[in-house]
Amino acid sequence: MLSYIFKRLLVAIPTLLILIVASAILMHAAPGGPFTGERKLPAEVLANLNAKYGLDEPLWKQVLIYLKGLIFHFDFGVSFKYKDRTVNDILAQGFPVTLVYGFWSFVVATALGVLSGVIAAIKQNSWADYLVLSLAIAGAVLPGFVLAPVLVLVFTLKLGWLPGGGWEDGQWQYLVMPVIALSTAYIASIARIMRSSMLEVLTSNHIRTARAKGLPEWKVITRHALKPAMLPVMSYLGPAFVGMITGSVVVDQYFSTGGIGKSFVDSALNRDYSVMLGITILVGALTIFFNLLVDILYAWIDPKIRY
Amino acid sequence: MTRHLLLATLLSTTIAGAAFAATVDPADTLAENQSFSFWLLDATATLDPQLIESVEDSDVARQLFEGLYTEADNGDLIPAGALDYTVSDDKLTYTFHLRPESKWSNGDPVTAGDYVYAWQRLADPATASSYAWYAELAQIENATAVIAGEKPPTDLGVKAVDDLTLEVKLAQPLPYFVKMTVHSALLPVHKATIDAFGAKWTDPGNLVGNGAYVLSEHKPGEKVVVSRNHNYWNDAATVLETGVFLTINDNSIALTRYDAGELDNVAIPSGMYPQLSADRPDEAFSAPRACTYYYLMNMDAEKGPEALKDPRVRLALSYAVDRNIITDKILQSGQIPAYTLTPAAMAGFTVPEVDYATWTQEERNEKAKALLAEAGYGPDNPLKLTLNYNTDEGHKKIAIAVQQFYKAIGVELTLNNMEWKVHSDIMHERTYELARSAWCGDYNEASTFLDLFTSSSGFNDVAYMSEAYDKLMAESKTMADPQPNYTEAEKLLAADMPIIPIYHYTSSRMLKADIRGYASHNVFGNWYLKDIYRVAE
Amino acid sequence: MVSASLRGRGLESLPLDEVKGRSLWADARRRFLRNKAAVAGLVLLVLIAVFSFTGEWIAAWSNEEIDFNVIGSAATMGMPSFENGHYFGTDDLGRDQFARTAQGTRVSLMVGLVGTFIAVVVGTIYGAVAGYVGGRTDQIMMRIVDILFAIPFMFVLILLLVMFGRSMVMIFIGIGLLSWLGMARIVRGQTISLKHKEYIEAARASGVPGWKIIFRHIVPNLLGIVAVYATLLVPDMIMTESFISFLGLGVQEPLTSLGALISEGSKAITQGAMWQLWFPFGFFVVTLYAFYFVGDGLRDALDPKDR
Repeated sequence: MLSYIFKRLLVAIPTLLILIVASAILMHAAPGGPFTGERKLPAEVLANLNAKYGLDEPLWKQVLIYLKGLIFHFDFGVSFKYKDRTVNDILAQGFPVTLVYGFWSFVVATALGVLSGVIAAIKQNSWADYLVLSLAIAGAVLPGFVLAPVLVLVFTLKLGWLPGGGWEDGQWQYLVMPVIALSTAYIASIARIMRSSMLEVLTSNHIRTARAKGLPEWKVITRHALKPAMLPVMSYLGPAFVGMITGSVVVDQYFSTGGIGKSFVDSALNRDYSVMLGITILVGALTIFFNLLVDILYAWIDPKIRY
Repeated sequence: MTRHLLLATLLSTTIAGAAFAATVDPADTLAENQSFSFWLLDATATLDPQLIESVEDSDVARQLFEGLYTEADNGDLIPAGALDYTVSDDKLTYTFHLRPESKWSNGDPVTAGDYVYAWQRLADPATASSYAWYAELAQIENATAVIAGEKPPTDLGVKAVDDLTLEVKLAQPLPYFVKMTVHSALLPVHKATIDAFGAKWTDPGNLVGNGAYVLSEHKPGEKVVVSRNHNYWNDAATVLETGVFLTINDNSIALTRYDAGELDNVAIPSGMYPQLSADRPDEAFSAPRACTYYYLMNMDAEKGPEALKDPRVRLALSYAVDRNIITDKILQSGQIPAYTLTPAAMAGFTVPEVDYATWTQEERNEKAKALLAEAGYGPDNPLKLTLNYNTDEGHKKIAIAVQQFYKAIGVELTLNNMEWKVHSDIMHERTYELARSAWCGDYNEASTFLDLFTSSSGFNDVAYMSEAYDKLMAESKTMADPQPNYTEAEKLLAADMPIIPIYHYTSSRMLKADIRGYASHNVFGNWYLKDIYRVAE
Repeated sequence: MVSASLRGRGLESLPLDEVKGRSLWADARRRFLRNKAAVAGLVLLVLIAVFSFTGEWIAAWSNEEIDFNVIGSAATMGMPSFENGHYFGTDDLGRDQFARTAQGTRVSLMVGLVGTFIAVVVGTIYGAVAGYVGGRTDQIMMRIVDILFAIPFMFVLILLLVMFGRSMVMIFIGIGLLSWLGMARIVRGQTISLKHKEYIEAARASGVPGWKIIFRHIVPNLLGIVAVYATLLVPDMIMTESFISFLGLGVQEPLTSLGALISEGSKAITQGAMWQLWFPFGFFVVTLYAFYFVGDGLRDALDPKDR
C-alpha cells in the first residue's frame, strides 16, 4: 500500500510538469498579451513592462525561470495585473476561501446525497423514492448561474436573512448561499448513484444472508449494505470535487467571495500568465491528491482491491 | 515670468472658492451613521497611483491621495495640494505653490519633493507603469527619453524649487496642462513608505497617503474599507467616517444588494433605467460622461479591406446606423446619439453641426443606398463585411441591431465576438474590417478625443492619414481659443468618416436618497468621499 | 419489470457470440419498451428534435430579425402573444424567442450529440486498444489517462476557446475531447473481460489481425455499455456548454444555444420578462430529463446485472 502511494506521488511530478508546460504554451499562443488594452501602448512603455516581468526572454527560458522559482523558493511569481501583490499573495487569499466553501459543499453534497439515495433505495417505488428521484434530476439540471441569483433574491432581498455576498473570513452567514449553490447539483448526482448501487447491493446474497439471520433492517443497511454500496459513489467523488472547484467561478461571481474560481477565469482573460499557472498547478495538485485519497479509501472499503 | 490669475489662464474653468469639503446644508440634520458604501464591478488591481489603470482603482485611490487639483461636480478645478500656480510667458514653465498645511497620514508634511518623486517614478523604466505615456501626453520635458531609458528619471522636467514650490517644464505649450494633474497617475506618493515596504507599501497599515481617508481593510475581490484620516489638512470639514467599496461582479446582483441596503450607490443594469427612474425618481439619475462609443473602419493601406478605402462606402455605413434606436430603445439611459467624436460634455467644447446629424433616418438610408450604388455595390454585388466586438452584453445588442440596419441597405454584416485581449490585439494590428471601440477622455478638454486620429497618434487604429486634420490639431495647441479648429476637425471627420460615432456615454446610477454631496454630474466620475454626508431621515 | 430482470439473469449464462448478441439486442429492446419513463423520454426527445429543426419554419419571425415595434419595451410589449407572432415572447432586442429557442435547442442538441460522438469514438478505440493489447502498452496508455484525469478540464476548455476563438467546431472538439477519458476506462475494463472469451481466442488462433478483432468482435460487443454511458454523457455536455455560454465563450451571434438563452434570461429574474427564462429553461430541463430517463432505461435494458 505504501509503495503504491509512493508510486502515485512519483507520477504526480511529471503530470504537473506536463500541465505547466502545456498551459504555458497554450497561454502564450493565445493572441494578445498581459499588457494589451484599449490603447496601444507606446513601444518604449511596452518594452519597460516586458523587461520588468521577464517577458522579453524566449518562452522556454521563461518557463525554466518560473520552474526554478517555484521549486527552490516556492515562488509562483508576480501578477501582471494585480501589481502590488505576488501570485503567492493571491493564492494565499483566494485558495483558502475556495477550499472552505468547497469543503463544506463537498460534505453537504456527500452527506445529503448518500442519505437521500439510501432512503430512496430502501423505500423503492414509494413516494419518498419518487420525491428523491425527481428532486435529484431537478438539482442536476439547474445551472448554478440560475440558482445563485435566485438565492440572493430570496434570502437577501425577500427574507432578509442572509447578507447578499462577501466572505468575512467564512462566517456561517456568508457560507450558506455559496454552499447551497455549489452542492445542489452534486447532491443530486450522488443521490442517483447511491440509489442505484444500494438497490443492487440490497439484492445481493450476503444481504439476504444477513436478513435471514434476523438482523433488524437498519442494522443490515448500516453494517452490511452501506459500505459496498458506497463504492460507485467514492469513484464519483474525485471528479465531483474538481467540479466544485471549477464551479466556484459562479460562486465568486455572484457572492463576491473572492475565491480562486473567478481569479482563474479573469487571469485567463487578462493573460495574467503567472496567476493562471499558479491556480492551474494548485488545482492540478489538489486533483491528484484527491484522486489518490479516493483510491486509498476505495481500497479500504473494498478489501478485494489490492495494489 | 508674470503671475497670472488662474481665471485668466483657463478660459473655460472657474475656481469654486470654498467648495473643497463637505459643505453641509444648514437645513440638514446629519444621520447617526456616517458611512458610505460604493459598488465596484471588479476587484481592485492596485492602489499604487502610478500603476493604476482601472476605474475601480482610481475610485479608491482618489480618497487616499490628493493631487495638485481636484475636480468639482461641474468639472471646475479646485485647489487641493496646490494653492495656485503661475505660468511663464512662453507657456512652458508652470510653477505650483503648494498648500503648507498639507500632511501625510503619518504626520509628515507634503513637500514639492513628493510630487517630483511621484512623477519621476511614473516615467522611470524601473517602475514599468503602463500609464507612463501619461507623462508624455502631458508634454513634461524629457518624458519620452526617460521612459525609453535614454535619460535618467532625474532629467524629467519637474523639480522642487523649495519644499512648497513645484516647477514643471513642458516640451510644448499645453493650455490644459493643469487639468491633467487631476489624474491618478500624477498623485503624489510618500517615498519613505515605498522605500521601506517595496511592493507591499499599499497594504493596509503600510500605506501612507495625503487624502482625506486612510486604508483600513483591503481584501481584493471582496472589499476595501477606508476610514477618516485625522492628519488630513481639512479633516475638520470632513463628515463621513468610513467608506466601503464592495466588489460585486454582476450588476444585477449589485442592484439587489443595493435594494437590500448593503450599498448606497450602484450602476443601473442596462435597460433598467426607464423603470427605475419612474419608480424611484429620487434615487435614479443619469448624467453625461466624457466617453464616446464608435465603430472603427480599417483603412490601412495593406491590411484594410478594399471597400473601406472608398469614402462613399464609409459614409454609407455611418449613415445607415440608426443612433436613436440604439440610444432610446437599446441603452435607454439618456445616452446621446453621436455624430461627432467629441462629446458635448467636454468643458468649453461646442459640438459643431455636421450635415448628417440634421437629416432624418430615412434620408440617411436613401443617401447610404445611393452612395453604395455609386461605389459599385448593389443586390448583384452585395457588400460583405465583418464586425469584431468584445464580449459584453451591451456591445452584443448594438452589433445585432447594426447588423439589421445594414441589412436594410443591402450590406451583409457578419458578427465576430471575441474576448477582450484578442479583440484589442487585432485592433492594434489592424487586421480587422469593422471593430467596436470607445474612448474616454483623460482630461477635461476636447483634444483628449480629437488627438486620437492624427496620423502620428499611437491610438489611430483605423490608419486615418489626413494632413489637413493633422495641421488643424497641431495649430490648436497654441491657440487661445481652439474651438474653430476643433469645429473644422470634426467636420473633416464627418466628411472622411474614418469611424462611425454611435453614442456618447451617460452614467446612470442609483444613489440612496439620504446621501448628499456625491458628485453625480462629474463627466469623469470623479467623486470624493470627503464631500459626502448622510442626512437623518 | 421482474420478468425482465429474471430473463436478464438467465442471459448471463449464454455464450456471448454474435448470433446470440442479436437476440440480446431484441431482448433489450423489449425491456426498454416496457419502461414507461424511458419511452416517454424517447418520445419527448424526438419531439424536441423535430421542434428544433422545424420550429424556425413555423415561426413568424427569423431568429435574428429585430421587431422594431417591441425593441426597447420588451418587458411590457414582448410577452408571448399570438397576435404579433411572438409565441414565446421576445428578448430585450425584440427578437423572436420562439425561433431563437428552436435554433438554440438545435445547437445544444448538436453540441451534446457531436461532443458525445467524439468522446465515444476516441474513448472506445483508445480503451479497446489498451485493453486488447494489454501488457506494457496498456500500462502506458492507462497511465496517460490517469495523468489527463488530473488536469482541470474546464480550465483547459476555457484556454482553448480563448486561444482559438469561439466557434461551433471548437466547442464540439473541446467538449468531446475532454470527456473521452471515462469512456476509455470503462471500455478497457470491458475489453479485458471480453478478451478471454472463447470466440476471441479462436479468432486470434486462426490468425485474424488484432485491429480486425478489435473492430469486428470487441467493439460490437461493447456497444451496449457504450450506448448507456453515451446517453448519460449527452446531458453533461449540454450542461458544460451552458456553463461556457455563461462565461461568454459560447457560439457566435446571431446563433444561440439554450445555455446562452438561459444565461440571458436569468437576468430577467430581477427585471421582469420572465418568459425570457421560462421557455429556454423549460426546453433545457425537459431535454436533460429525457436524456436521463432514456439513459436509465437503456442501462436497465442492456445491463441486466444492474437491477
